[in-house]
Amino acid sequence: MKGENILLTMKNICKYFTGVKALINVDFTLRQGEIHALMGENGAGKSTLIKVLTGVEKLDEGEIQLLGEKVQPKSTHEAQGIGISTVYQEVNLCSNLSVAENIFIGREPMKFGKIAWKEMHKRAKMALEKLDVAIDVTQTLDSYSVAIQQMVAIARAVDVDAKVLILDEPTSSLDKKEVEKLFSIMTKLKKEGIGIIFVTHFLDQVYAVCDRITVLRNGEFVGEYQTKELPKVKLVAKMIGKDYEELNAAIKGDEHKENKKDFTQEVFLEAKGLGKKTEIEPYDVTIYKGEVLGLAGLLGSGRTEMARLLFGAVKPDEGEMYIEGTKKNIITPLQAIKSEIAYCPENRKADGIIPDLSVRENIILALQSKRGWMKYIKRSEQEKIADDYINLLSIKTPSAEKMVKELSGGNQQKVILARWLLTQPKLLILDEPTRGIDIGTKTEIQKLVIEFANQGMSVIFISSELDEMLRTCSRMVVLRDRVKIAELTEDELETNVIMNTIAGGN
Amino acid sequence: MKTKFQTKFIPIFITFLLLMGLLAFGSLKYTGFFSLQNFFNLLIDNAFLLITAVGMTFVLITGGIDISIGAVIALVCMLSANLLQKGWNAFVVMVLMLVVGAVFGTGMGIFITKFKMQPFIVTLAGMFLARGLCYVVSIDTIIIDNPVYVAISQSRINIGTGFVSWSVVIALIVLAAAFYVLHFSKFGRRIYAIGGNEQSARLMGLPVDQTKILVYTLNGCCSALAGIVFSFYMLSGYGLHTVGLEMDAIAAAVIGGTLLTGGVGYVLGTLLGVLTQGSIQTLIMFEGTLSSWWTKIAVAALLCLFILIQRVFTLVKTKKAKPI
Repeated sequence: MKGENILLTMKNICKYFTGVKALINVDFTLRQGEIHALMGENGAGKSTLIKVLTGVEKLDEGEIQLLGEKVQPKSTHEAQGIGISTVYQEVNLCSNLSVAENIFIGREPMKFGKIAWKEMHKRAKMALEKLDVAIDVTQTLDSYSVAIQQMVAIARAVDVDAKVLILDEPTSSLDKKEVEKLFSIMTKLKKEGIGIIFVTHFLDQVYAVCDRITVLRNGEFVGEYQTKELPKVKLVAKMIGKDYEELNAAIKGDEHKENKKDFTQEVFLEAKGLGKKTEIEPYDVTIYKGEVLGLAGLLGSGRTEMARLLFGAVKPDEGEMYIEGTKKNIITPLQAIKSEIAYCPENRKADGIIPDLSVRENIILALQSKRGWMKYIKRSEQEKIADDYINLLSIKTPSAEKMVKELSGGNQQKVILARWLLTQPKLLILDEPTRGIDIGTKTEIQKLVIEFANQGMSVIFISSELDEMLRTCSRMVVLRDRVKIAELTEDELETNVIMNTIAGGN
Repeated sequence: MKTKFQTKFIPIFITFLLLMGLLAFGSLKYTGFFSLQNFFNLLIDNAFLLITAVGMTFVLITGGIDISIGAVIALVCMLSANLLQKGWNAFVVMVLMLVVGAVFGTGMGIFITKFKMQPFIVTLAGMFLARGLCYVVSIDTIIIDNPVYVAISQSRINIGTGFVSWSVVIALIVLAAAFYVLHFSKFGRRIYAIGGNEQSARLMGLPVDQTKILVYTLNGCCSALAGIVFSFYMLSGYGLHTVGLEMDAIAAAVIGGTLLTGGVGYVLGTLLGVLTQGSIQTLIMFEGTLSSWWTKIAVAALLCLFILIQRVFTLVKTKKAKPI
């Protein structure tokens, strides 16, 4: 068959990390001259698969064949040697060296025991011209934009006789024009017979350049598809783990309507044209008192960025914000806290809990910081507060003095929840509050969220699980590729409507 | 292809202008300042500083630092004086000293790379060790009266109407060799790559650890050589020789355009840095009424100025990165 020259096969790849199966029997096939997208939500195993392929991680089971020969690279250097080159999201070059040097360092052309600079500049120029990039190669790398630096990285990768080129989220820091340029280069390389593995979470980009798509979910192989035969909405379904037909057939108008309630039409927060370059396009959003507003979209669609902008964790470079009608300038988290906004970040291990402090100390943290560090909260008061919240949220801990790291994930999440509830926020932002916790606790947290809303608190709820969103949210904002694309009212909240909106189809 | 004048050379160019300004100022103000011999004296008096500053430049480009060099130079002087007193052959002593320096540097390099320790701490320990060892050899000054050393010390190489010492010749050879290594060898370019981004250098498949150890070895050799040249100059060994010289070397490199954060630096700039410091000293000497400590104050002001200039350049550069 035409174009079916198999370049790389990965068969039954398994990779275990202590106690966790990161990859389970994953297959991946790359043909010569194709651009193959590797898709999946967070934790699907994309990066582990790439790491195994480039020798960063050792595979536990399975086989990798390059042009029919079994290979097992032990380092990135070795992988490059056999023709597998990677261009990372963060450009891994030396910005203080010239463009030419960055392409050739380690294998400079030599002449009479000296580096042949002229020869090197000539060859660097040629290598870049092949990619339609005409720049002065003698200038240092840092005098060019990230996009150009990325092209230089590609030039280096290709110049070492790459057969397989891995582009790991190369577009996340590029603007539209730069992305187009990158795509034309990818198409060019593809015509030369190089196999390109393209890791991204921008759906439009996948459909713009990729021939095939391999989808992973929870470390498992979901399937390999021809791009033209897989509509976007089906791709989303595969990634999220819902069968489209099944969902379509499901009875409409169900349980989530039970939670329907009349939130007052009083506005708590209004953002107008709030945005930050490279993070999220300017958006308008209104948050009413007593509602649960869901932010839906795939990972990287701008959900978290939107929330972080509201909380002042990222400083917006345009737009205005009004809280209860008055204009507020929120550019630091402390200002947000003072305006009664609370934010539970996505990654509780890194951003949330302090593992070596007790449950009580973790709970008290935000209140103390809101009151100011000089106004010490009395020990007896602290203990009372901690006990109250342990009861309220039914946190399973033998005592308030237990170190947080000894609690289960779900209970850690509740501790963070308690911390922010204690500050009595008017707006609570929850970013993936239920990730990695068991179903029982999940439901409890969902119930709590709805209860808070009923008491008049506004909640912004972010989750990758559509079911959960449907159960808890009364309204939803849908984001795609860092743009707010739609607002769905309660009547429109149906699985296939949301999925269609996320996918951008009709 | 014509090499364009690049913005990265502007700091060096400023140093050059400054040096010219200092020399012109001296020539106009003091009679006898403007002479070939006075310029040669600048080289003669600072040959040892130039040698060790060149080694330091290598270390600084990798993003490291070596504060042991002053103590190593003192130790080399002390050991040579002691061994020569015992009747050792002068050339054997010189070679042995180079080996001592190399071993010292390699040792510190291994600690820094293999055990991932801070260069500052490792070389601080090295500094105390070397300084301490000086006093193990002797607590008094030892005079060098070896005929070979005395001959080298007193011989003059006539150039035009002036003369230079052998030390100057050695220093200039070291400078030329360093220039070649940094700009025309793979090893030299690796040093820049490591200073630019060590992680990237590793990912690009460069032997990072090996290169760094070699840089410290080279620097050890340079300080040993500087020690030998210094013993020609002083004809004695003493435990308190060259206290704080490492800071002069670092200052020379920085004034010459080397960045302490690594990745940027030129040995020719370092030469200019050494000469600038030297001419300030000479100017103050000619003035006669000022204490020699004014040199330090002038150098302090210069350092401040240069760090500021470099900072401004990096800021301007990041602002105007060219789009496609």
